[in-house]
Amino acid sequence: MQHEGILLKPLGFTWKGYSLVLNNPNISIGYYNTVYYVVVGTLISMIFTCFGGYALSRKGVLFSKYILILITITMFFSGGLIPFYLLVKDLGIYDTRWAIILPSAISTWNLIIMRTSFMQIPESLEESAKMDGANDFTVLFRIILPLSMPIIAVMVLFYGVAMWNSWFNAAIFLRDRSTFPLQLILREILIQNDKGSMLQVQNGISGQAEDMYRALIQYSTIVIATLPILVAYPFLQKYFVKGIMVGSLKG
Amino acid sequence: MIVKTHNRKMNILKTDFKKNKYIYLMVSIVVAWYIIFAYIPMYGVIIAFKDFNPGRGILNSPWVGLDHFKSFFIDPNFRRVITNTFLINIYDILWGFPAPIILALLMNEVRSKIFKKTVQNLTYLPFFISIVVVCGIIIDFTSTNGLINQLLSHFGVEKTNLLANKDLFRTIFVGSGIWQGIGWGSIIYLAALTNIDQQQYEAATIDGAGRWKQLLHITLPGISSTIMILLILRMGSIMSVGFEKIILLYNPLTYDTADVISSYVYRRGLLNADYSYSTAIGLLNSLINFFFLIGANWLSKKYSENSLW
Repeated sequence: MQHEGILLKPLGFTWKGYSLVLNNPNISIGYYNTVYYVVVGTLISMIFTCFGGYALSRKGVLFSKYILILITITMFFSGGLIPFYLLVKDLGIYDTRWAIILPSAISTWNLIIMRTSFMQIPESLEESAKMDGANDFTVLFRIILPLSMPIIAVMVLFYGVAMWNSWFNAAIFLRDRSTFPLQLILREILIQNDKGSMLQVQNGISGQAEDMYRALIQYSTIVIATLPILVAYPFLQKYFVKGIMVGSLKG
Repeated sequence: MIVKTHNRKMNILKTDFKKNKYIYLMVSIVVAWYIIFAYIPMYGVIIAFKDFNPGRGILNSPWVGLDHFKSFFIDPNFRRVITNTFLINIYDILWGFPAPIILALLMNEVRSKIFKKTVQNLTYLPFFISIVVVCGIIIDFTSTNGLINQLLSHFGVEKTNLLANKDLFRTIFVGSGIWQGIGWGSIIYLAALTNIDQQQYEAATIDGAGRWKQLLHITLPGISSTIMILLILRMGSIMSVGFEKIILLYNPLTYDTADVISSYVYRRGLLNADYSYSTAIGLLNSLINFFFLIGANWLSKKYSENSLW
């Protein structure tokens, strides 16, 4: 850590950093919260996106043209940071988990990709199901979604990764430390170099040793925070690519 | 007669609503979300023309017209944030825009499939690493005892904290942006490359054209419309830099070169609670961007066949 000079020669191998990080309650609470936000947030995002994509892909729905315009406008114009912040305060969801989940529930880009993909499913399937008495929820969940699994996978990944990596909304909307996602704890450890977040009291490390361990803890934290994406990445990579391709067809 | 058509319309509406009631239920959830989270903030922009006071609410706060815009023009930070926003974007367009195109062209020449796949996977990966971790790595690499300084010290360069040097901020910012986005950005060009008719290459080979000639006369023209569309879109955000990475990397020592419009809005608006003033700056920023987008689109329409609308 404090060594000089030769870069490529390791000083040795130690698990100490990982044990410090894994025993740090800040990290474990952050990890739990992030998993919660990713699971609940992605679920809500997917429900909204599927509803919107399905409803706007059906023919003969009144106003759907105007609703599509209403949605597309938001890709070019937004209220900006401050009105958005004031809205969340006014809604009464400030400093609650909803402030992380609801405002980012729909990505317009993903919604439009979803709609495009649903539109390619032949209408005859839906018509015959409706003749048999199926309603639109049944059509969506039993016919459309099973036929769209690749794009569903892409959307789950896009929403999931975005939520895993997001930190700014949490930084401005959350005050209660027990709801902080991992990225916010990471910011304290990596960016603000905050000793308090890195080491919790009862570990018996103090003074100079603390400075020595700081770099070790920072590296271990990076690995632990990025590991899920690194592990999942090789399996999911082909879906990501597919997702950007579907988007570019229309874009 | 009028009553009759009116009744008929109502009937059509009624049967439609009955037939599609679940669709309307789904649509209304989505529309409600858009109204709340996208359109109410757009309405909230009017506080840029008011002296907003959270206690009095948006409606009851007094109008001040263009006062906030006027005070931004005489703000001592005005020149700094405008210049920095503009320069960071210019550097990013100069270095960052061609980078994925070059990578895609290089990948296109690679014959070994395994090598190609490996390089692709490795270059896409940084895109999925969170901005906090990326900035953490940047801070570590550029610190006084970090990787870059250790390498440079072998060449007799004195060790300093690179992020505290305001002359280097833009280079670090744009360079790390290229590292993170080059692979992901190349996907769209690789897709465009696969659409080029392979027979053209065969014909060119028969005519004796080498690799360079093929690149210049077949490959580049083949992806030029994709390049133009992406360039127009890029021009549309020439006056915006995302604040997330800026506020993680900058510090008062580097404000001179690092502070951009969005980070200034964040500081004044959220840290100092100057709500109206910072909303006005943000609004001005989006207007400038919108005019750049229209302008770039107009130019492209005039001089080539590519345009967004």
